[in-house]
Amino acid sequence: MAGQASKQIDSKTLWGGKISPFSTSYGKLMMWFFLVSDALTFSGLLIAYGFTRHDYLGSWPIGEETFHSLPMLEGNYPLIYVALMTFILIISSVTMVLAVEAGHRMDKKSVTKWMIATIIGGAFFVSSQAWEWKHFIHGSNFGKVELADGSLAIVKGEFGDIENFTITQAGTHHQVGDVVTEDLKHEYTHAVAEGHVHNGMITLHDGSIAKISKQPNTDMTLIVKEYGGKYSIGAEITGAEAVDMYEEAVNSGEENRIIYGANMKQNEYGPQQYGQFFFFITGFHGFHVLSGVVINFIILLGVISGLYHKRGHYEMVEKGGLYWHFVDLVWVFVFTFFYLV
Amino acid sequence: MERDDVIEYSLDAHHSEEQGVILRKTIWKVTLILTIITAVEVTLGAFIKQSSDYWQIIKWLFIILTLVKAAYIVLSFMHLGEERKGLRYVILVPYFIFALYIIFILLYEGSAIAETLTQHAS
Repeated sequence: MAGQASKQIDSKTLWGGKISPFSTSYGKLMMWFFLVSDALTFSGLLIAYGFTRHDYLGSWPIGEETFHSLPMLEGNYPLIYVALMTFILIISSVTMVLAVEAGHRMDKKSVTKWMIATIIGGAFFVSSQAWEWKHFIHGSNFGKVELADGSLAIVKGEFGDIENFTITQAGTHHQVGDVVTEDLKHEYTHAVAEGHVHNGMITLHDGSIAKISKQPNTDMTLIVKEYGGKYSIGAEITGAEAVDMYEEAVNSGEENRIIYGANMKQNEYGPQQYGQFFFFITGFHGFHVLSGVVINFIILLGVISGLYHKRGHYEMVEKGGLYWHFVDLVWVFVFTFFYLV
Repeated sequence: MERDDVIEYSLDAHHSEEQGVILRKTIWKVTLILTIITAVEVTLGAFIKQSSDYWQIIKWLFIILTLVKAAYIVLSFMHLGEERKGLRYVILVPYFIFALYIIFILLYEGSAIAETLTQHAS
């Protein structure tokens, strides 16, 4: 209920001093001004993202091709995880607005309950984002491949299991005839990225050379993202041809033919800037959420101790709420422009 | 001592139990709307490829749905709709002027750069 804000007051009284012309307290007004400037910061980031994306046209990654994994599940679930994150944040925004509403009725018990729910929602969101970052940095089974003609392509398909490495030439750690069965995937992707796999033989980190025993990859599709001379951007290569071209890159023994995951210099999803924008925009937003959780927790302590009740109003919850809704608002835009469009 | 320069505006926002019931109903209604919009966005995003003929329409639909969601959050959850007109304009107007201008100028510039780069490459 808006109360004072919707009351008819003639402008002479309103702007004549003594009262706030906006019928709002100083604290709430300053929170709004902070949010306006923060919103401009986020627009700056998202618009810079749009600018870079327009630079690259077709080679820019597509949301549903990049984000299609769920924790602990194999398979293709485009955008489901981000949708879940979005939903969690919206719900925690709802519990926040319910806390504000309870505050307007001076219902301390309800405010406490909804504040705790909001904090849990926020913590869930930050943890989800941590998992997504881990997954983004770690990368997929296949990585991004540079084909023989120099085109760059992203890869979809079923990754054949690695069974073991049989040592054929001893290094500092392994003897000839040893069969390595541990940490295979990790060792394999590192060796492929560094060009230490050559014609089915892998050079392990201790210098020993081993024969790779691996199930073949199946159902492969290569989607060309960067022009190299032979294929147009967006071209899809499937079937045995795709498997052969991918295997050629794996067994070439050349460095960086296949890139896994992401860091600040390169990533398997698209241009270098894509990874940088991902880290900066979602990181900056995630940091806002983290601060929001901390702020909400401090406010929760004030609610429990009865500080605001003694004051006669729960405006602090309202101010914290404004910030929290803003964080949700930013995510709505990040969700659309980073993941959907 | 009572100070006459401190006005507790937040006391005006207090309401009764009955009004609370109505307000909570509105909150849940907005929640439902936001959830449905998100579900629609994800379904469209997952099933319609960017190479599809409908992509342009879908893209604009996404942007419109996003603005609808944003409007619900700002006007309903942040109660900006209930604030004084002056405050509403102070917050929204500068934002729209700067944001719309910079969106237009930078996306236009970005496309122009892409065009120049492809001309150089071929």
